[in-house]
Parts: sequence; C-alpha cells; structure tokens
Amino acid sequence: MTSVRIDGLSKSFGGRKILHDLDLTVEAGESFTLLGPSGCGKTVLMRLLAGFDRPDAGTIRIGDRLVAGDGADVPPDRRGLGMVFQDYAVWPHMSVADNVAYPLKIARTAADERDRRTRRAIGQVGLAGLEARMPSQLSGGQQQRVALARALVSEPSLLLLDEPLNNLDANLREEMRFEIRELQQKLGITVIYVTHDQEIALAIADRIGVMDETGRLRQVGTPDDVFDRPIDAFVYRFLGVANFVPMRRVGATWLFPDGAAVWPGEAPGLAGEHATFGCRPFDIELARDGDGLAGVVRRASFLGAQMDYLIEAGGVTFRAATDSRRALDPAQRFEEGETCRLAFRGSQWFDTAVADIEGGAR
Amino acid sequence: MTGSFRFGTPQILFGLAVAILVIFVAVPVLLIFFNALWVNGSLNIADMVKVLSERETYKALINSLILASGVTVTGTIVGTFFAWLVTRTDLPYKGAMKVLFLVPFMLPSFIGALAWKMLLSPRSGYINRFFIETLGFPGPIFDIYTYQGIILVETMYLFPFVFIQVCGALERMDPTLEESARISGADLFTITRKITIPLVAPSILSGALLIMLYSMAHFGTVAMLGIEAGIYNIPTLIYERIHQSAGSFAAIRTGTVLSTVLVIAAALIIWLQNRVLSKGRYQIIAGKSFRPTEIRLRGLRLPLLAFCIAYIGFTIVLPTTTIFLVGGLKTYGLPIAVENMTFDNYHHILFEWDLTRDAIWNSIGLGLAAALITMFAGVIISYVIVKMKVPGKGMLEFLGMLPFSVPGSVIALGVILAWSGKYGVNIYNTIWIILVAYIARYMAFALKANSAALEQVHDSLVEAARASGATMWQALRDIVIPLVRPGMVAAFFLIFLPALRELTVSVLLYGPTTRTIGVAIYTLNEDGETVYAAAMAGVALIIIVTAEVVVKRVFKIEK
Repeated sequence: MTSVRIDGLSKSFGGRKILHDLDLTVEAGESFTLLGPSGCGKTVLMRLLAGFDRPDAGTIRIGDRLVAGDGADVPPDRRGLGMVFQDYAVWPHMSVADNVAYPLKIARTAADERDRRTRRAIGQVGLAGLEARMPSQLSGGQQQRVALARALVSEPSLLLLDEPLNNLDANLREEMRFEIRELQQKLGITVIYVTHDQEIALAIADRIGVMDETGRLRQVGTPDDVFDRPIDAFVYRFLGVANFVPMRRVGATWLFPDGAAVWPGEAPGLAGEHATFGCRPFDIELARDGDGLAGVVRRASFLGAQMDYLIEAGGVTFRAATDSRRALDPAQRFEEGETCRLAFRGSQWFDTAVADIEGGAR
Repeated sequence: MTGSFRFGTPQILFGLAVAILVIFVAVPVLLIFFNALWVNGSLNIADMVKVLSERETYKALINSLILASGVTVTGTIVGTFFAWLVTRTDLPYKGAMKVLFLVPFMLPSFIGALAWKMLLSPRSGYINRFFIETLGFPGPIFDIYTYQGIILVETMYLFPFVFIQVCGALERMDPTLEESARISGADLFTITRKITIPLVAPSILSGALLIMLYSMAHFGTVAMLGIEAGIYNIPTLIYERIHQSAGSFAAIRTGTVLSTVLVIAAALIIWLQNRVLSKGRYQIIAGKSFRPTEIRLRGLRLPLLAFCIAYIGFTIVLPTTTIFLVGGLKTYGLPIAVENMTFDNYHHILFEWDLTRDAIWNSIGLGLAAALITMFAGVIISYVIVKMKVPGKGMLEFLGMLPFSVPGSVIALGVILAWSGKYGVNIYNTIWIILVAYIARYMAFALKANSAALEQVHDSLVEAARASGATMWQALRDIVIPLVRPGMVAAFFLIFLPALRELTVSVLLYGPTTRTIGVAIYTLNEDGETVYAAAMAGVALIIIVTAEVVVKRVFKIEK
C-alpha cells in the first residue's frame, strides 16, 4: 500500500503542452480513476508515473520516495509497480504461466515460491487451468486477465491501469470492471485507473479526477461528488448525456428560451441575467397533467431497457427517458404528438453559455 | 529532461549503429565520390569529364545503356506474358509453371552465361558445331559473343523481376473492374488490352526498372560473354582496369569516375521506381486475393503449354545439363558421349585441387560470417531506426539502404580505397576485405527483414517488461530478440544464399588464396580450363540449389 504525490507536473511534446502544473495526491489503498476525453493527457500522466517519460517540471513521489523530478529519475523497472496496458501487451511468445511468472523471474524469486505465486495470481483472475496456453489461443478478455495477473503477481503496492477494458466487448467490460474492483479491495493495493468511459470510472473508483482537453484536473471527488455535484458544466457533460437550456432571468423568475414558459422549480441563486440549466434524461419526469412544463412528444423510441423521448417544451427540445417498466404500462406511455408535462427531479445551473459548453466542451 | 547524460543501453545501441554504418557503408561510398571529384586536393569536374570522354569509358557507358535497355525490353515482355499466362488463363499446370518460372532467380547468371558460351560460341559451341558439322551449315547459327547474345542470356535470368510483380498485381486485382467492362459488352481480349494491362502498368514498370537496375550493374554475363568480343559495360571495365594495373592511380581514378556515373544512374532508377510505386497503385488493386475470370485459350491451350515447357527446357534444363555434362568431359571439345565422360574432374576439384576446395570453403565461410554479422548488426540498427526516438535516425536509414542503389562493383572499389592501407588498416588481398564488402553489400537486406519484424513488436510489449522490473537490456533479451527472431532468420538466409553465388564483389577483391566459388569458376574459364570451370559450376549449382531447397523447407515448417 502506497500513496502517490504529484506536484507541479508539466510535460510537453513537440512544443505542445500536454500537462501543465498538475497537482494530485492519491491516498494509499485508494482506487483512483483519471477520467478524461481522449487526448487529454491522462495516458501521458500514466507514462510519467511509470517512468517511460520524464517530466519537464514538477515531482512525482511514490510512497516516500521521490521517483521523478528534482534530479531524481528512477527507471520503470525500479519503481516497483504493476501496469496493465490498453492493448494488453501480453508477450505472444510466452505461455500464460511464463507471462505471469516473468516479473518474479526478473526479481530472482526462488523457483517454488515463483510457481506458487504465479499459480495464485492466475487463479485470482480466474484463468486456472489455462497456464500452458499461448496468448494466441486466448480471447481478448482472457488476454486482459493475463495482463492483470502479470501486473499483480509481484504484489506491487501501486497498480497502473491504462484503459485496459477498452478493447473488450460490452458484457466482458462490465464483468471485468467489477472483478478489478473486487481484487483491488481484497488486496488493498493502490490503483490508478485511466479511462474515458464514465461508467467504468464511476463503478470502480473511490475517487475520480476529471481531466479536460488541456490537461487540467477540473474536479477531484467521490463518484457521487462528480456525478451529482459537478464543479462545472464540463464535468457535468462529461459524466453523461445531458440537456442544456439557455435561460434568461426576469426579476426573480427564470424563463425558458420561448420567453413565456417559467422555470417551475426553486430558482437558483445566480446573479447574472443569463444562465444555463442542465438536466439528464432520467431527471425528467413525464406526466399527463399537473403543474410541470408543458410539452409535446416529438419522437418516442422503445430501446428495451428504457423508453427514449424527444420532447419539445419551452422553445427547446429535451431528451427524456423512463425505464421500460413504466414505458410498457399503457397508462404511462406517451406516443408521438401527445402533450405532456415535464417535472425536473434534478437540475444543475451553470453561468456558462450553452454554446461554450457544447461547442468547446469546457 | 534531466540535465545529466546517462550512458546506458540506448546510448550503446545508438553508438554501435552509427559506427557500423559509417565504417562499413558511408566511408567506402564517400571515398568513391571523393576520389572521383577531387584531384590533388581540389575539386576538378573537368578531369572527370576528361576521363568520361576517353573512348573506352565512353564506349562502356554506351554499352551499359544498350545492354540494360535491351534486357529491360525483352525481360519485360517475357515476364509480363508469362505472368498473364499463369494467372489469367486456363493454361494447364499453372501452379507448377509459376514455380518453374522462378527457378532462374536462384541460379547464378554467370553460370548460365558459361553454359551458353559452351553451347553457342561461334566456333566451339556445341549447338553451332552440330549445325556446321552434322547439318552442313556454312557458319554458326548464332554467335553468343554479341549484344544480342548477352541480352538473351541476361533476359533468361532477370525476367522474373517483372514476372513476380505482375503476377502479384494480377492476382490482387479486383475482378469487378474487369467484370463491369464485360457487362458493358467488351470481349475478354479487349478487356485485357483496355482494362487489365493499363491497371497493372505500374507493376510492369516497377519490375522493368528493377531489371534495368540489375542489368546496368551486372558483371557476370557481360564478363563471360562480352570481353571476348570487346564488349565492356561499366562494371566489367572497372574490373578490367583495376585488374590490369594492379591498383594504379589512373585505374582507380577511372574506376571511381565510372562508379560515380553508375551510382547516379542507379539512384535515378530507384527514384523513378519509388515514384511509380507511390502513384496510387493500391487504389485499384485490393489487398486480398480474388479469383479472377480466366481467359479460355481453347485451341491455343496445348501449343502454349508446349511453348512454356520448351522455354523452361531451353533456359533452365539445357544450360544446367550442359554444365554437368561438360564438367564430366575428359577434354573440352570432345563430343558429348559416354566414352568421353569421367568423374575425375569432379573428384579433382572437390578433393585434390586446393584452389577449388579453398574456394568452396571460402564462399561458405564468407556467407556464414557475413550473414551472422550483418544479421546482428541489422537488428541493432533497425532497432535504433524503428524503436528509438533519436535525432538523425533518418540519416541512419538512408545509409543502411544505400547499398541497395550502390552496385557491387562500386562497393568493392570503395572497400579497396578504404581498407588497403591508406587509412591505417591494410587487409587487401585477404579474406577480410571480402567480408567487409559483403557486410556493406548485404546490410540493406538485413535492415529490411529486421525492420519489418520490429514494426510488429509493439512498444507496449517492451514497456510491459520494464514495468515488470526488467532492465532495458533484459527486455531486449527476453522480449524483443525472441519476437524478431523470424526476421533475423530471414535476414540470415537473405544474405547467406546470395553470398554463396556472389561474383561481382569478390572478383574485384580476391587474392591468391581467397577465391570464392564465383571467382574460381570465372578464373578457371578465363584460363581456358573450361572443363574444370564447368565441373566447379556443377558443384556450385548443387550447393546453391540444396541450400535454397533446405531453407525453403525449414521456412515452410516454421510457418
């Protein structure tokens, strides 16, 4: 178990600043996820942590040890970490057992000890019985497990995972993310996980750090924090599909873009005249009547697990969703062209313009 | 970047790569240009022009051009025709034919030239004698010591360049292109003329330029057949000058000037070829194999099959048989009949005669050594070029690939300039100078094979090893080397096999005890020991073909 401390880290490639003055602390035994769009520099940060690249400025400490910056430059093989790569990087010329045993072989672990730990690691990832297989005889998910076992076998205090589930199909991805979480909790190791998939991030993290395209950390917090209490529109948008509506304040009331419909809920404490109101499809509750915002259903699509609606209301088009149990109930199902009332169970207000949120995503 | 410079594995590899390429490739080639352009320490173009305008050098330039153009035209026609025949028609035994048409690639052309000399030399050639003595012709029916003769023999050995390229293109071509023309009402011969040939034109052109490149720099056939009639091309003239004058200044100078011209011509051809290849060739030709519509030959089917068999018999079987039969004659000139045959020649060159025995071991030893050294050097240099992010690696790549465009005679001359004592090391007349030249000559082969293999080794495989606690060196040993081994093996044989039949380089560098197989055959023939030359050529053919077959087998099993 070990903590990671990053102070003032900067890195440029070919004149392009990828990371700029980044600070981050990951506690010992924590499962930390770096979430960001592709190209935001999260993989660069990972490579700096692993020691494949050197920072231009700033320091990295793993535990109490300074590993990069301030004159220190500990090579990857001396940082004592495990790493799982996006493309698995399972060595194609070695069997499953040889792949997993390699870190122990390099560390000159005694043969019987090596066998025991190799077998245990293979068992931990559920590959027992496949020790003699070559990687070409394994499925993508199995190769991913080999990579995971290889990273775990030397019992590293820090495990780095670089989008390891990207290349897996949806079912396997779901299964693996719970397994990784379970292993992390069972072994109590510190995990830093890089991904652009907010579902994975939410599922496996104790804390999430959301990065933007410019390599800045926008928010660091628990999954609840970043999902429900986003610090800004970028974080909100990045964590899931959302409706953004440009609102205008007249006195104490907020008006929808049609200039007539009035915001039905509690008014946000914003001083400006313009603001953006955001809500997620599931935040919208549909009713036949009541005192919600009046709207017309423009499109209704049944997607199995949920019912997806496009609704015109207040001069904009909302995306709304209800779960399929309700959708299958004829009393609560809306057809195209029907009128309805919208109530907002959750809402976020930002003082950023809609165009800036959706255009630049920041 | 940390300020301190670390001296570790990457720096060692980079240093080695630069050192190998500079010593083996850059220095010899630069010395050629330097000696060609500088006279007494100053740049002197006028003197270069003077050398070029001498009658003999000028003639050699023209001859190289005539021969190369002739071979290119005939080779392209022959290659394209046979390629079309084995890919697009219902010719019987197409598969076997395709393999047979590639056989000339593994046979050394100077041995073929030797055979044709024995068959078609105007006075003593067996075919000519048969026509004059038995059929009562007034004179020889064909004189091989002519431009036509040389072009004919070179064509037999170089047409596969076009054949391979065109076969590949025809096999990969999307058949819908032809089918849509068919639906528009065109018959198959119109389609071939109007659609197929224009579409494969880039492949034909690229193969043609390869033929030109090789023919321009070709030594063996011209030396065997041309010198007798006073036909010199650039490589044979370089050889003649260097040999007659035993390395005098004027000879070396003529050699370097001719070499410079040759290098420029070769560079031009390679540049043209790259342009042809980059011109959207793969847009019309898909990557996968299709089953193209076959043209029915109908009544021409059997005559064309007979023609192919005759061609193969005439260009492969006849010369090869001639070599073995003449090698078994008691004296050259005797009719080929059982009572004139003996195994003594073979016994003599294999077990008694130092000259030929040494030559065989020299060739095998040189081939093995050059292949091993170049293979390992190739891995290091390819690694630096493909995997390391260092400045100047473009220069390394250029240097490594340079020998592709530098003809063998030029490399040999450069090696003479660099390694005969002028710069502290004198290995002239020893086996080492040939080894050095082979390393330079075959470096590009090793780089190609190893680079291709290294491209397949994703960076993350090495990084995964580093993250597992392996040092750079351990990662190279445990991950990179095992994964590029197939590329290394390929490089080894890509070098060993041609080195076995090499003549152009070693003929300029051999000393009294350092003949190679090629040199032994060549000098025996020059000395009039035709029977021994033939016997030696027969032994060489057996060694070469055995090596080729064994290698192909081993590779098949590995796959």
